[in-house]
Amino acid sequence: MAAPELEFENNTPVSITQPLSNSQEGLGKEESYLKVVANRFFKHKLAVIGLVIITLFVLMAIFAPVIAPQDPLEVGYEFEAKPSSEHLLGTDQVGRDVLSRLIYASRISLSVGLGAVSIYVVIGTILGAIAGYMGKWADMLIMRITDVFMSFPFLMVILVLVSVMGPSLFNIILVLGILGWPPIARLVRGSVLSLKEMDYVKAGVALGYTAPKILLHHILPNALAPILVNATFGIASAIIMEASLSFLGMGVQPPTASWGNMLTEAQSLTVLAEQPWLWIPPGLMIILAVISINFMGDGLRDAVDPKSFK
Amino acid sequence: MSLPTEIKIEKPSKERTGTPLLEINNLKQYYPIKKGIFSKTVGHVKAVDGLSLQIYPGETLGLVGESGCGKSTTGRAIVQLEKPSEGEIIFDGKNISNFTNREMRSIRTELQIIFQDPYSSLNPRKRIGDLLSEPLLFHKLATPSEAKKKVEDMLEIVGLPKSYRNRYPHEFSGGQRQRIGIARALILNPKLIVCDEPVSALDVSIQAQVLNLLKDLQNEFNLTYLFIGHGLGAVKYISDRIAVMYLGNIVEIAKTEEMFKNPKHPYTLALLNAYPVPNPHLRGRQRIVLEGDVPSPANPPKGCKFHTRCPIAQSKCREEVPVLTGVHHSVACHFPIN
Repeated sequence: MAAPELEFENNTPVSITQPLSNSQEGLGKEESYLKVVANRFFKHKLAVIGLVIITLFVLMAIFAPVIAPQDPLEVGYEFEAKPSSEHLLGTDQVGRDVLSRLIYASRISLSVGLGAVSIYVVIGTILGAIAGYMGKWADMLIMRITDVFMSFPFLMVILVLVSVMGPSLFNIILVLGILGWPPIARLVRGSVLSLKEMDYVKAGVALGYTAPKILLHHILPNALAPILVNATFGIASAIIMEASLSFLGMGVQPPTASWGNMLTEAQSLTVLAEQPWLWIPPGLMIILAVISINFMGDGLRDAVDPKSFK
Repeated sequence: MSLPTEIKIEKPSKERTGTPLLEINNLKQYYPIKKGIFSKTVGHVKAVDGLSLQIYPGETLGLVGESGCGKSTTGRAIVQLEKPSEGEIIFDGKNISNFTNREMRSIRTELQIIFQDPYSSLNPRKRIGDLLSEPLLFHKLATPSEAKKKVEDMLEIVGLPKSYRNRYPHEFSGGQRQRIGIARALILNPKLIVCDEPVSALDVSIQAQVLNLLKDLQNEFNLTYLFIGHGLGAVKYISDRIAVMYLGNIVEIAKTEEMFKNPKHPYTLALLNAYPVPNPHLRGRQRIVLEGDVPSPANPPKGCKFHTRCPIAQSKCREEVPVLTGVHHSVACHFPIN
């Protein structure tokens, strides 16, 4: 009994040296990766607007002493004065110039936002990547620690830590940074878990790459998008968190100004109704900063993704 | 359309001679089944259950079988993507199954794998040039300028213009990506390449191109292949010998011609029958059509694992496990055909 004759059809021989197609050969330009990413980023209009605003804010923070028309701590003669040529945004309850305070406050708020988020993104990414890639007991251990951190009443722990360490700018950044990592760790772990099953990661193992090399070059670049988006939202929430702490008296201490404590100082019905120059400017600054950072995150995510570029 | 036979004439030395390049002895790959809140192990999925085979230098061994029979698991165990539960994998005289990661790293350059899905096997964030030069640079086998040259050469060898090295994987078609995957496996100049269904994700005309490329490369670089596949046409076209797997074991190994002319295991015959016959005059011979599903590898049947679906099973088959016997044409069956 013989098996039916099998034929493999379409066995057209293809010369191995003959390229499949030469059509788009001119497209292979030599460009550095950074340049390509920058080009893509600048095509994203909202991201560019965000970048411009944030750049302005950063410049404002750096050059605060030069820009600010008056000393932000100096108590003037007029309390709660309306905007005038002398005080462009009026004065607050104790007679300080609101515009100058706003400018100096950008230093505090931006450093809280950026500082806390950079700390916790680094911690969260490292822990999440280790947990996801190593698995087994490392995953178990790190994820249980994450659970413990997440089950704390966040605000209470921050309050306790800040009051133990003393409410300074540096301590607030540190505490927000140390307590903020669990969501990032979970996010990164999830991405790593799914990415490490991809064949290109298996190919990396087969090519003999070490675990750090695979993680840094093949897994994390592909997990970047959710981390970036999460980080931009994180900056926003850190700025707001600092505001809440200020409200509870555990934030940056008066008389130093932050956008958050300027807002919270304006929390009374009379101020809200009759003195909008006290709360609209800091509120606007927070909104602008948060939205700009989010747009930048959006643009950056698209820019580092080769698939999004045409 | 007949098969080109020049390659076979050119290489009469593809006989099973000398020492095997790769020898697998009693390979077992079990995955625990966990249940309940305490993750208690309640059993094992026996993906590969005591498999032994030899691959000789310069040959292509085809490994076929239904989905879930353990073909890919075997391939992955060979390149040590997964540690085998039991058994020996002897590559080039060294038992690599108990190598540490560090020891393994030096062997990796000689043992490569080509993946099934060309869409997930290339890192979407790396340019082709970086993907291909990375292994050379990592193993310090070339300086950056040498690596660039070698990558360009390699792209030409697999039939892509060298300017493509500045492109990203998503800019390529499936067939082109598979060529890149082949280039990546080749760039370290390996001895053995495990081809894990390299053409089953491609359409038929591209399959032929990739198969021809693999054949040409084998001649040029004196490669040895383990070609895993379920399309019998592709496997027949490229393999010197074929091994048929069923539920984690090899049931028959023979030279390709012999296997197709004279299958001895009823499962092999059924597989051959399942493949459509292009020539109507050759249809209508005795056919075996399998019924039912593959039994669960977590709870395989006793005796011969195939007895539940075998049309010629007898009481002996339900009790005794058949062993693979025969020198040139091995079969694991109590009542082989012919």
